[in-house]
Amino acid sequence: MTQKKSKKGAWIALIAVLAWLGLVFALDQLIKPTDKLGMLLIVLQKGSVYALAAVSMNLLNGYTGLFSLGHAGFMLLGAYTYAIFTIPDKNRDTVYQYFHAVVRFSIPEKLSQGMGGFGTALGVLIALLLAGLVAAVMAYLIGLPVLRLKSDYLAIATLGFAEIIRAVFQWSKLGPVTNGSNLLKNFARVSKFKLELGGTKLSLSTFVPVLIATVSITLIVLIVNSTYGRAFKAIRDDEVAAEAMGINLAKHKMLSFVTSSFFAGVAGATLAMVLSIAQANNFKSAMTYEILLMVVLGGIGSITGSVIGSMLFVAASEWWLRGLDSGSFLGIEAPGVFRNGFRLVVFSIIIMIVVLFFRKGIMGEKELPDLFRRKKKAAPAGKEAAE
Amino acid sequence: MQTVLPYIISGISVGGQYALIAIGYTMVYGILRLINFAHGDVFMVAGLIMVYLAASLPLYVAIPLVILLTVLLGFTIERVAYKPLRTAPRMSVMISAIGVSYLLQNLALYITGGLNKNYPQIPWISDRISILGMETTRVTVITPFLTILLVVLLVLLINHTKIGMAMRAVSLDFEVSQLMGVQINTVISVTFVIGTFLAAVGSILFFTNYPGVVPTSGAMPGLKAFVAAVFGGIGSIPGAVIGAFIIGIAESIIKGLDTILIVNGAITEQIGLATFSDAFTFVLLIIILVFKPTGLFGEKTADKV
Repeated sequence: MTQKKSKKGAWIALIAVLAWLGLVFALDQLIKPTDKLGMLLIVLQKGSVYALAAVSMNLLNGYTGLFSLGHAGFMLLGAYTYAIFTIPDKNRDTVYQYFHAVVRFSIPEKLSQGMGGFGTALGVLIALLLAGLVAAVMAYLIGLPVLRLKSDYLAIATLGFAEIIRAVFQWSKLGPVTNGSNLLKNFARVSKFKLELGGTKLSLSTFVPVLIATVSITLIVLIVNSTYGRAFKAIRDDEVAAEAMGINLAKHKMLSFVTSSFFAGVAGATLAMVLSIAQANNFKSAMTYEILLMVVLGGIGSITGSVIGSMLFVAASEWWLRGLDSGSFLGIEAPGVFRNGFRLVVFSIIIMIVVLFFRKGIMGEKELPDLFRRKKKAAPAGKEAAE
Repeated sequence: MQTVLPYIISGISVGGQYALIAIGYTMVYGILRLINFAHGDVFMVAGLIMVYLAASLPLYVAIPLVILLTVLLGFTIERVAYKPLRTAPRMSVMISAIGVSYLLQNLALYITGGLNKNYPQIPWISDRISILGMETTRVTVITPFLTILLVVLLVLLINHTKIGMAMRAVSLDFEVSQLMGVQINTVISVTFVIGTFLAAVGSILFFTNYPGVVPTSGAMPGLKAFVAAVFGGIGSIPGAVIGAFIIGIAESIIKGLDTILIVNGAITEQIGLATFSDAFTFVLLIIILVFKPTGLFGEKTADKV
């Protein structure tokens, strides 16, 4: 591919991203949460959070070939870091009912005193970055011992670490920081995000999570397309060969693990922002499995696949299949069969069908632009050979 | 000692129950190199089947039927979800196992409506008895002996029968044993049948001591049993059993560590260490993985280029 062409591609991608953000912003204003289409907003909010989580997991599982199952743990770290540092002072004591809170300041609140609305936004951004950093530092520490392990052992060790993190956060002795096993609430959350412009209040409750996810995913795409990304793929395809080519395995594995966890932390913080609560008990290994299934649904090793996979996953489980839980679906009335939980059964069967018969998922290892490119010209030879 | 003893005894009992689950993990891993994530959920389903069957059938019919249905479930899972992926990369099979686990949990959620289902009282084994001056249920005392009996039978089966020989051959080298005329699919099915049989027995012993079954009941015991299998060296049956007993005892002691420390005068008030009873299992796992990745009794495998 020539330099010129990739530059053109970059412009198209940039315009597409801006158009997408504009569309979401418009939807945020046009649709009220109480509308019939209000579900669309919820799907966009949750979907973008899970998309980010899935893409960051894909960076590790799909691109570097490190089968890690610790994602929920890193998301928990992110969610808690974000929540702890954004609870306004006046709410602190009602949230920490049973403990005397140690952290007694909220970053967005402190900054808004000097800079107003901009300060709040900056504070939220700082809290988000902090959430990512805490997850990344923890990933570094965990990575030191566990990244030496191979496939299944790595999976089970990271799963174990996620469980340990969850237990530590629920420990009553850490209550002054984490509020023990009680939930954290009243922190800066999406339903409170408004943009005041000439007297009219514009809702940002969907725009903000989508923006965070879009920016983060763009960064991940840039990493994947850099020399680091190519090194990751080399490690995935053949560790021994990659090492022989001069790729520093330990360094690159650690880099991938830390980066993935950073974005998992950001995703966790955004999830807390969307759900407006953070509770350690929600970040069980079941959450990691769900994210993994989203990655599989979209296609392991495809970023657009992960995004599509998680959007479909969230839309199907939160919206389209709702009728299966409440008596009627597609005009079929069967309250006896279509009762609570049936949606998830149907849904898991669909996922099993994908896992068994469409192992490549929706996108395989292709990205969305590849689909358009193929029409004009056969896919570049290197892509096929790599598989 | 008097304060620690009850925890050790209940730990040995829990360890025995974990051992019965762990054997299923370790045998499947030995042959297919697959972490059967659905195994813990099969264990939970066995508990639910018991709840529903015992409601309408007498126990002497229900218990064998529970074991039979669970074995059938394990067999079906293998045929439907793992067999089609025989030639696929290992990651795909593991994902399929996670998918089955998700399906079983959701199915259980749908059928039970997410409510706690009370486990039936089984007369005689859930009776309270007193041993060494403390109160406990009879099942707590029986479990370790029953576990050891079943393990001895299993080891005899593996070492002295034709199917056992085939299992050892397959776990040593999948492809070569196929070339030697071993019926791979039969061997794998038998492995799953044995694994789920033991999980069903384990489930009866386990849930008798607990108030009820919920759809996520299987997840934690399943993970712990798997850790036990890794701890003892995955693929090794005695290893899995010893690992399970160690984990069961450690977990039980940590659950009561606050009380033990208070009695010994080390601390003066509850410090909530019981929160770590689950997490400690994983600490053990990580310690063993870092210092001896093949586990206590695992064999070393060389990396082939």
